[in-house]
Amino acid sequence: MRYSIWSLINQALTGNRNWTPVWREPEPKSHYDIVIVGGGGHGLATAFYLASRYGMKNIAVLEKGWIGSGNIGRNTTIVRSNYLLDGNEPFYEQSLQLWEGLEQDINYNAMMSQRGIINLYHSDAQRDSYVRRGNAMRLHGADAELLSQDQLCSLCPFLDYENARFPIMGGLLQKRAGTARHDAVAWGYARAADQRGVDIIQNCDVTDFLIKDGVCTGVETSKGTIRTGKIGVAVAGSTSRVMAKAGLRLPIESHVLQAFVTEGLKPVIPGVITFGAGHFYISQSDKGGLVFGGDIDGYNSYAQRGNLPVFEDVCEGGMAIMPMIGRARMLRNWGGIMDMSMDGSPIIDKTPIDHLYLNAGWCYGGFKATPASGLCFAHLLARDEPHKVATKLRLDRFRRGAMLDERGAGAQPNLH
Amino acid sequence: MIINHPHLGPRDASEFTILGDASLINRPDWQAGDADDAFYTYQYLRDNPAGLHRELWFHEQGDRSWLVVTRDTVTHAVIAVALASDVAKAAKAKTAQKTAPKKVATQKTATKKTAAKKAAAKRNAT
Repeated sequence: MRYSIWSLINQALTGNRNWTPVWREPEPKSHYDIVIVGGGGHGLATAFYLASRYGMKNIAVLEKGWIGSGNIGRNTTIVRSNYLLDGNEPFYEQSLQLWEGLEQDINYNAMMSQRGIINLYHSDAQRDSYVRRGNAMRLHGADAELLSQDQLCSLCPFLDYENARFPIMGGLLQKRAGTARHDAVAWGYARAADQRGVDIIQNCDVTDFLIKDGVCTGVETSKGTIRTGKIGVAVAGSTSRVMAKAGLRLPIESHVLQAFVTEGLKPVIPGVITFGAGHFYISQSDKGGLVFGGDIDGYNSYAQRGNLPVFEDVCEGGMAIMPMIGRARMLRNWGGIMDMSMDGSPIIDKTPIDHLYLNAGWCYGGFKATPASGLCFAHLLARDEPHKVATKLRLDRFRRGAMLDERGAGAQPNLH
Repeated sequence: MIINHPHLGPRDASEFTILGDASLINRPDWQAGDADDAFYTYQYLRDNPAGLHRELWFHEQGDRSWLVVTRDTVTHAVIAVALASDVAKAAKAKTAQKTAPKKVATQKTATKKTAAKKAAAKRNAT
């Protein structure tokens, strides 16, 4: 069923009795041309672009839990392309462009809202570095605008400009950035992929890879053996665990990142705002809750919950730039497992095992990358060569010393 | 999380910083023939287990000792804590035991050294 204003009116007039399921629930076949392991945002997007842009057929997505149960349903929904490095910025800009046309592509309302992101700066040196980043963004076709304190003040009068420790001197604005409804992204991609014949198989745990003479020919799953031509793994926080079954050790550690939501408030925060002197980012959801987060907890974790010291640190960051939120009551917080790579940048590449491909290392920036990650992974699976915006997101860059260290923090994942 | 410090007793994890996998104690030999590969593995590759994980914590807000903490990454439960220096010493002792015949060689060199020292002392005396 194609969603439109007419389908909406029609259903409303007939008591909403004729809506059909959004995707099928097929039993797995014994053979596919391409199997994607992981039914999160990236896996579903990969399947969608394989079917829609690369004309591939006979594709399955295997998901251990249910669609949208992982990080695609646990993030702070921010979409942006304000990166500095050559290997990163074109990729994220490609992603932002895909976000802009996403709802038409998948015929699903993802509530994409380009409300802008502002990175605050607190010193002259930081202003210089933001000028540099803004220029790098513009050189790659993204938009960036440096705001003076006055300009910023007219957009966000509520910030603590005179803060003694971290005075706010201005910000770097990317207007085309914003937020999208994260669950809708998973459901929209799933529905669009399903309509193009992709089998989405939920509650299907991959227990082993079938590897013979360095070639991967299929997977053992909780629903039986599935043979396949190619396998793409996009399982975020579970990457090390899953790839260990194929005998691979990776430059990845799994860490927990927490997010927080307050009670619903009237519209007060216009877009996304990030603190330049600590790690804090905040936006306001359409329901009115303030959605915010900060650093990862810093220790390896597979528990989808964090600890209180980070809670405190994040709230202090918030209070440092906007004391007005101090009286808002926190409703809930939760944690997600991040696949932190050793340089803070992702990996979309072949593995040393033939026909086995890897999409991982998204750190805590996976959501904004969803469309481009899907497109580039689909390109790699279909053509056996990296997409032109993902040529530097290689697995062997650590061995070659060609790091993409956006933060400049070195090979320590908990610092990225 | 509470880390039971061998000297100081139970301390809150926020007094510590964490470096990562305890395998970082075993720094490869930079002069070995396969140093390239060994350092790549040492620096970048991780087991990243779901379950028991041995890791290095630094008591930054305390006595500034390095600890090897064994922790369950699924439950965050701290299972065991030891001083990193003790762990490193124990590991060295083990490798020394394994390469026991070499001990004779080191003794020989030691006697040679002492002989050289004696000779030098004689020279100085004269």
